[in-house]
This record gives sequence, structure tokens and C-alpha cells, in this order.
Amino acid sequence: MKVTKKRVLLTGAALTALALGLSGCSASSETPDAGSAKNTLTVWVDADRAPVLKEAAAEFEKSSGVHVKLVQKDFGSILDQFIAQVPSGKGPDITIGAHDWIGNFVQNGVIQPVELGDKAAGFEKIATDAVTYQGKTYAVPYSIENIALLRNTALAPTAPTSYDDMIATGKAAGSANPFLIQLGPQADPYHLYPFQSSFDNPVFGRNADGSYNADDLTIGNEGGTRFANWLAQQGKEGNLNISITADIAKEKFNSGESPFLITGPWNVPDAEKAGIKLAVDPIPSAGGAPAQPFVGVQGFFISSKTANPLAANEFLTNYLATEKVQTALFEKGGRAPALTASFNAAASNPIVKAFGDVGRNGVPMPSVPAMGKVWQFWGVTQAAIISGEGDPTALWTKMTADIAAAIKG
Amino acid sequence: MSSRTPSPQTRARRSRGAARLAEMAGGSLWAILIKIVLLGLVDALGIYAMFMLAAQHNWIVFAILAAALVAINYVYFSKRTLAMKYLTPGLIFLLVFQVFVIGYTGYISFTNYGSGHNSTKEDAITALMQSAQERVPDSSTYALTVVRDGGDFGFLVTDPKGEVSYGTAEHPLERVTDATMTGDKATALPGKESLNFTDIVDNQKAIVDLQVPISDDPNDGSLRTPDGSSAFLYLSSLHYDARADTMTDTKTGTVYSDTGVGAFAAPDGKQLKPGWSIGVGFDNYVKAITDDGIRGPLIGVTIWTFVFALLSVLTTFALGLFLAIVFNDMRMRGRAFYRVLIILPYAFPSFLGALVWAGLLNRDFGFINLELFGGAHIPWLTDAFLGKVSILFVNLWLGFPYMFLVCMGALQSIPDDVQEAAKMDGANPFQIFKKIKLPLLLVSVAPLLISSFAFNFNNFNLVYMLTGGGPRDASASINVGGTDILISMVYKVAFVGADRDYGLASAFSILIFIVVAIIAIVSFRQTKALEELN
Repeated sequence: MKVTKKRVLLTGAALTALALGLSGCSASSETPDAGSAKNTLTVWVDADRAPVLKEAAAEFEKSSGVHVKLVQKDFGSILDQFIAQVPSGKGPDITIGAHDWIGNFVQNGVIQPVELGDKAAGFEKIATDAVTYQGKTYAVPYSIENIALLRNTALAPTAPTSYDDMIATGKAAGSANPFLIQLGPQADPYHLYPFQSSFDNPVFGRNADGSYNADDLTIGNEGGTRFANWLAQQGKEGNLNISITADIAKEKFNSGESPFLITGPWNVPDAEKAGIKLAVDPIPSAGGAPAQPFVGVQGFFISSKTANPLAANEFLTNYLATEKVQTALFEKGGRAPALTASFNAAASNPIVKAFGDVGRNGVPMPSVPAMGKVWQFWGVTQAAIISGEGDPTALWTKMTADIAAAIKG
Repeated sequence: MSSRTPSPQTRARRSRGAARLAEMAGGSLWAILIKIVLLGLVDALGIYAMFMLAAQHNWIVFAILAAALVAINYVYFSKRTLAMKYLTPGLIFLLVFQVFVIGYTGYISFTNYGSGHNSTKEDAITALMQSAQERVPDSSTYALTVVRDGGDFGFLVTDPKGEVSYGTAEHPLERVTDATMTGDKATALPGKESLNFTDIVDNQKAIVDLQVPISDDPNDGSLRTPDGSSAFLYLSSLHYDARADTMTDTKTGTVYSDTGVGAFAAPDGKQLKPGWSIGVGFDNYVKAITDDGIRGPLIGVTIWTFVFALLSVLTTFALGLFLAIVFNDMRMRGRAFYRVLIILPYAFPSFLGALVWAGLLNRDFGFINLELFGGAHIPWLTDAFLGKVSILFVNLWLGFPYMFLVCMGALQSIPDDVQEAAKMDGANPFQIFKKIKLPLLLVSVAPLLISSFAFNFNNFNLVYMLTGGGPRDASASINVGGTDILISMVYKVAFVGADRDYGLASAFSILIFIVVAIIAIVSFRQTKALEELN
């Protein structure tokens, strides 16, 4: 090989051209991007919702000229990622999420209120209540989700009239577990909450407008003591058992071992697949007051740093809050729609209707940030009481004090 | 250089640069071309990144990157940097994946970055003002046409009664009579341009920020539009005074000011959230050592962490070594088959393995109790002591195949003649193992044992998936359980519920890093001594 000066020059030139070319073309391709970014809505959405939103987005694009870019995300990781990315300016304009994230979102300043205007009346009341925080609406809701009592009609032909009736029916069916409820080493306050609420023992008091008051911790009230003693009693009788995890509860119900399972719509498809004939009933009261489950509402949030506030609002209120889209979201995801018109349409399915009816009588899961301090003590205490480790009243009182201290910080 | 040695004449004709380039490449044209293309790619990517950084005015990273590029080009074009040519790629990875990560963690540990303090002050003010807008209860919806008057935007609104008014940010709403009506809605005003949806979208930031007061009294509120086609009456519950840098609650009159805590705070200490991220010095480190929720369990958890890491390494190594010796024996039949079986747990993702074991060890429904202990209710995971035993056992199951592989390789590399020589000298098998094989084995395996210790010291997956750190004592006020190791305790303390205290978590990480680093350094010194012995 002959290394000539010319060749060196040539390779040098090629190198420079390559470098400039690469950086140049990428820079030039960046310019239109940056320009159109102004009129592009980026939406974070989970896998189940993506196909439905794709259609709504195409329609919106046609009529408004604003491009909608759907980014698929794992639902569980959205909360942390959204809080981390919005401040950096790299977050989306809109994200899907759960209503109990609102307190955290607002505390971090990453979402802004959504004006539903007159459309608010078209939603189920529990849905708009749930997405309202400190008097302002923060999301366009699309679905409602809650637990209820799943009944195997072959083992229990009629709905239980009371808690004792449920236990009696369960025992008559020959099961070691008259009813199934998922617990685990740290219990499961979410699944136990309907029973707790039937003792008039909510976590937080509520303001006149129905919102939760984080300063009013009611979990230690007189009902709490009664509930704690009830837990100990049920644990002793074997009706509640912390060894029953979610998998075990589901497996036992699907194999026809026990007639009742307290769970949400997410376990319905597998039960049907296992050939169980299902009915959905309200959860019977254990303490006298109505048993109200926590209701979770899913919706769409607008980033506080969006460059497209108007397009985002338009897309949410006029394209996603429609009966067509909400019904499509229901058909794909199986959760009861938040829009009343779609809800009524979906109610032709008896199971959806029954879950929805239970949800209508439920209470929104508290979205105040203080709620995050409750879980860590709540479940452990319930588990200890159910397992008979100590005096229930003392444990419950101790838990209340610990929660109060944690909230105070 | 296609193996042809060039004659002195041709050499003379070359420029020095060219010769250097050629020699450096060590030979062929291909080598030089590949080198140039690769370096060109690196440079191109680097320059591209620099353009991006310059566009973002991120000058610190820009400077670092520029220096790095110059250094890389110097290393690969200079003749004198032979050693660096081999070291550079490794150094770059070391910098990017180790030094940077530790440095950044260290930086975060000196801030209050976390829930409620996750951005800049500017962002916090914007977010506070956004959420402070409250729609006046029972106020009506106005039909809206956004119009442009010169460079300014204005609202042409029709109220539900059909009355038409016009206003801008400076001029409160005023009745107008000369508007063009389309149906019940005023859609145009003479001398002003009505905007269609595309125009509105193009100017959306300005239009959404536009507030048109409905009267001269600012306390009556102002009209704003969320969608460009309807306007609503809003009142702000907060007022920001930019000059005094204070937030005032318009209902209670409370003044919140920036008191250096990374948030607007009232005189009684109540803070408005969101706040912003600020440097807090050594506060996180102080908290990590003095916080009540941490100080109490810290000693117990630290001891258990050491015990867990040490026993995990010892048990897995012992079992792995034993099996390796057994399967290394030529008299064993079907060794290949058994080896595959033994390696299986290693092929299992560790947190999946931990989850499966959690099911197997369930007190009332687990396979272990039901089938192996005849239906006994042994609280494998829900008793503090048995939980520790279970964790060590499951980690043994997960970890011994690795040790087996490592020991197998090391054993096979020990020459047979050493063993034979020992036999000739009359050593029994146990003596051969203890005096010859084990020391030789340790020379190659010891560094792996140290890294295995470091890994288990921070084995979050296993603890989190198997017991979740539990069982917890419900009568203790702290969120730390019997099987929590340091890293899982840090997770619980810094990430309560959805609260994320990244500053505190980083401070802990740095402390744990220091502990592990010291142990590793000391152990590696010991290993070196071992090597010299041989």
C-alpha cells in the first residue's frame, strides 16, 4: 500500500464529511421535529387502552390537525416516571393514571386542573368525586373499579342476606374457608375495607363537599376497636387466614372449594374460564353499617408543563369523554365506564352491572398524600390481630398513634 | 501494509504525518480504514451530542464531552499512547457506568430531591398558580370566540342570556352591540380577526394564560378558557408577589414566603406543595444516622446484613465446592446429566425463584409444610428466626450452582501432576484437598467470593420477593421487619407509600457503598497475600 499525502487528505476529508454529515443530517431532521412538537400531543397510555385511543387520536388529528403520539407504558410505573420526567420537560402532555395518584401529583406540581365544564354532569358521581382534589377536577375519568362478592351459584344459589348467612352457607358447602379473601403476611387492608367500613370506621373524615380531610384521622374511632375485635374473632374461627394469598384465594375459588370470593372484576375472566357459574353480590355487612368498598377511578391527566394545554384539554373533553370512546374502552378493558351513558350501555352485562352497583355505593379511595403513610402500619396490624398476636384493642390504638405520628412527620 | 517493506526512496516522499498514521495502524490499509471509520463515527456522534447540548445551553456537559473527544482522538492518533489505546474503552465505560453514577448519587444525597421537591422554583410557582385557579361555584359557561386585535388576544363572549361582551387582559369585559352573530353565539367583531381552531392551537399557550377580568374589581374574578370555545369564571386562591417573592392565600390572608426550606412556608411552618429542590448540605446524612425510625433497628439490621451476606457466601461456596469435587471424580457416571440438573436453579430468574419459594413455604398451604412435614403449620416466613433461616436456605438454592460452576472450572485447571506428586509423598486425600487443592482453588476463586459477598450485601430482590422484609412486629412503631437487610430497610424508610425521598435514599446508598468498598479493599489485600504464598 502506498500512503500518499493525497490519500491522507482524502481520508481526512471523508472523516470530516462523515462527522459533519451525521451531525448535520441529524440536526436538520431535528428542526422540523422541534417545529411540529408544538402541535404534537404526547400521550402515555397502557397496553390495553392503546388501540382504542389510536382511533380517537386519528379522529382528533383529522379535525384539528394536531398530531397525537401515543407512547405505551406499563401502568404501574407511570406514577414515578411521570413525576420524574415532567419537571425535566421531557414528560408527556397527557397521561393515563389512577385517581389515588392525584394527591401525589399535585404535591409534586406535575398536573393541572381539567375543566370538565358542563360535561361533568354526564359522569357517574363517584367518578367525578374521585378525581376532585381540593375542590378542583384533575382528570377526565374513564373507568370505575371496585371489589364485590363473587358467588359460585352452584354452591350458593342465593345471595347471602347477612355476614352470618354467608358463613353458614360457606360452611354448609363443606369448605374449610366459608368465604375467601386474599390476605397474606401483611394482610390486605384494601380487600378488608368493606368490612371495616361496616363498623363505621373510615380512615379519614370527610369535608362537606365529600372530599377527604387528611387532618381528621378517624381510623382510631370507637368503630375501629369493634372492627379490631371482630378481626381477632374471625381469625380465631378460621374465617380469616393470613396464609391465604391472592393466588391461593383465586385458585380455591376457581376449583369450587368455597362458594364466595371477595375480589374485583379482574378475576372474573379466569373464574369463568374455570367453568364457575358466577353471580356478583354486595359484600354483606359485618358491623351493621353498609359495607362500602374503596372505588378506584382511572382517568387521563394533563401535565402542568405541557406546551399544548388547549389541544390537550380539547382532546380529553371532546374526544375521550364521549360515549363511543368510553364504551370502546370498556369493551377492551372490562372495567365499568365512568361516563353514565356508557355505563348504562355496559350494564346489559349482569356482572358489570352488579360490580357497578356495588361501586356506586362505595367510597373513593382517598387520594390525599397522607394516605401513603397509612398503609405501612395498617396491614401489619390487621395481620397481627388476625393471627392472634396480642390484644386487638391495644394493637389498633397503637397503630392509630403510629399513623398519626407518621402523617405529622 | 501488505507485507511489502517500502524502499527508502518512497519513504522519503511521504509526509511525516502519513507515515505516522500508517505505522500507528500497525499495518494494513484495512486496519487504517476501519479505524478511521470507527473514530469518525465516534466523533460524529460526539459532535452531534455537542450540537444538542449547545442547543440546550448545557455548557458543563458540553465542555466535558469536548475534552473527552479531543482526548480520544489524541490517544488513537498519537504514537506515544500505546497503553492508553487499550485502556481507553474500559476507562470510558468505568466513567459512564461507575464513576458518574456514584458521583450523581453523591450529588443527590446533598439535596432534598424527592416528593414535593422535584423541580425548580419556577416550576413550583407555575404549578401552584395553575392549581390555585378555582372556578367560581355555580358560575355560567360563556360561549367564546377568541379574536386577535393587532398582537393581542381578546375574548368575545356570549353569556347564557345572550348578552355579548368583549374584553382583553387590560380591558375588563364590556358590552358590545356590533358583533356578528352565528346562531346564538357572537363570532366576529368589526376590525378584529376571529381565530379558528388551528390559529388557536398555534397560539395556545398565550390563549390559555389569558385572563380577562369581568369587572374593574379583580376580586370578581376573570374569564379563562381551557379549550378555546368556552370560557369560565375563575378566582385565584393564591396571589404571587414576584417582587417580595411571597405567596398570599387570598381567602385567609396567610403569607407564605421562601424561608430557605425549598418551599413557600407560612410563619407557623406550614408549607405549600409543590416546593422545589435545593441543596441541604449534610442533612440527609445526619437524618440517616439520627432518625428515630432508623436508629432503633439500624444495629440489628446491620448485623443481620453481615450475617446474611457472609453465611450466603459460605453456604453456597461449601455446597458448590462439595458438588464440584464429587462431580469431578472420574468414577462418577452420567456426570454431564447431573451437571445440567445442578445448573438449573442458576438459569432461573432469581426473583421468580424467590416468589415460587414464597408459595412453597406458605404456612398453611405450602408444599413444604403440607407434603414434607405432614400438614404441620410451621411459620417458615412469618416467624422472625425461621424467616432468616428460610432466606438463607432459598439463597443457598439460588446461589450454589454459580459456586459449583466456578469451583468446577478452577478444579479442572489444577494440574493432575501436583496431585500425583502429593500422593507419591504419601498425603491422604483429605490432606491433598486441604493443603494443595483448596489454597490453589482460593487463588482464583477468592475475588469471586468477595464480589459474591458484595452482591449479597445488597441482595434486595430476594428479601423483597420472599418475605418483603417481614415479619414485622406490629407493636413496634417502625416499618422494618425481621429479615430486612440494609438496602431493603433504606427502601422502606426513603420510599414510604408513594413518597419518594431520593436525597435520603442516596445518602444511605453512599454510606452502604463506603462499607462495601472498605470490605472489598481489605479482602482484596488479603487475597493478594494468598497469591504470594503460592
